[in-house]
Amino acid sequence: MRTTKLGEADRIISFMTQGHGKVRAVAKGIRKSGSRFGARLEPTSHVALQCYRGRELDVVTQVETIDANRALRESYACITHAVPMLEAVDQVAQEREAAPALYRMLVRALRTLSERPSPVVTPAFFWKLLSLEGFHPYLDACVRCGEESGPFTAIDLGEGGVLCATCGRLGGRRVDPEALAFLGQLVGGELNHAIANPPAPEHVHEIERLGVLALEYHSERRLRSASLL
Amino acid sequence: MASFYEGPVQRLIDEFGRLPGIGPKSAQRIAYYLLKAAPEDARRLAASIVEVKEKISWCRRCFNIAEGEECAICRDTRRDSTVLCVVEEPRDIVAIERTQEFRGRYHVLQGTISPIEGVGPDQLRIKDLLHRIPEEGVEEVILATNPNTDGEVTAMYLAKVLTPLGLRVTRIASGLPVGGDLEYADEVTLGRALEGRRVVDG
Ligand SMILES: [Zn+2]
Ligand SMILES: [Zn+2]
Repeated sequence: MRTTKLGEADRIISFMTQGHGKVRAVAKGIRKSGSRFGARLEPTSHVALQCYRGRELDVVTQVETIDANRALRESYACITHAVPMLEAVDQVAQEREAAPALYRMLVRALRTLSERPSPVVTPAFFWKLLSLEGFHPYLDACVRCGEESGPFTAIDLGEGGVLCATCGRLGGRRVDPEALAFLGQLVGGELNHAIANPPAPEHVHEIERLGVLALEYHSERRLRSASLL
Repeated sequence: MASFYEGPVQRLIDEFGRLPGIGPKSAQRIAYYLLKAAPEDARRLAASIVEVKEKISWCRRCFNIAEGEECAICRDTRRDSTVLCVVEEPRDIVAIERTQEFRGRYHVLQGTISPIEGVGPDQLRIKDLLHRIPEEGVEEVILATNPNTDGEVTAMYLAKVLTPLGLRVTRIASGLPVGGDLEYADEVTLGRALEGRRVVDG
């Protein structure tokens, strides 16, 4: 998910794993040209990994590539959309605490973005991640007054749902109703449909931005890489 | 870490601890070394730190390290001003100069775009690069950022903004390290080496 320089030639690599949650381990000598790790431990790589438990940090001993997700790293738009997904998982995942659903979601999202590069993938991932973390957005009625008929014009991140036109005037963040319809598609699991028939770019961006704000609201941490979205 | 030491010693340890790649234990070790060192050795170290901050600054043209307004490479009129090699840090210039393969000039970005750190193009010397190109009649820009994620992102971004200006934009090749074995190469490196293959003159 991310790498941090350590000493002269090493890096600490943060991985999301199938059975052990987040794992941090040292890759020795990785910054030297001709290191046996090569590009295998760059962010977005899906790898099979062997580590040994060190005194303070684990050490990577062997790596084999499952899927390099190379296409992600060869376009500016792809990589700047992939890294925020990695950062978000790095923030919510707990070290050494298995989270298989989170793992699968990340692997799938990276593969989707690599095979079908679409600006829809990252916002969809943010909102699915929020649902998985227990913050599924409530989109069917106003979270303040219960009004069901809409149109809904704002979203309240604290309450976790939409606001009607009347309540929206008093608080929340304004959202275009068409952008909200798109959010409904994403949380309803219609990602393929949304990739094939994407809404206007400004609506995709609005929902992506809201996803970032919602994640930051719940984690109480800034999603740094979102500044490049 | 709780501070066990007297004021000046603790201050010295704290200062060393701020340096890149130096943890609290190393900071302590260096501080002890200096406590035991001869006074003239310690004074020489202090003087060279002060001297470098007083005399050395960034070249106003390429942002390399310079003694004076411009660095030695920018002042050298024998260098080819039509080819510009873009690097992340001054130390990369040293590495490329050692090859003796390049006779053009450089531009130091002083960092990379780093999505994970939230570092965008505006925090680098990219505007300065865009000014230099017409001013100096640059015809080719060689992107020599590191072949890791941040370096690649930076190169892709630069290619996107430079190509429309009608120059030749090239990226240094990635491939197999000389002296290594093919079977140990990772898929990305080997894939790029295959794409970047060239005709061998027989
Ligand atoms: Zn209401
Ligand atoms: Zn210079």
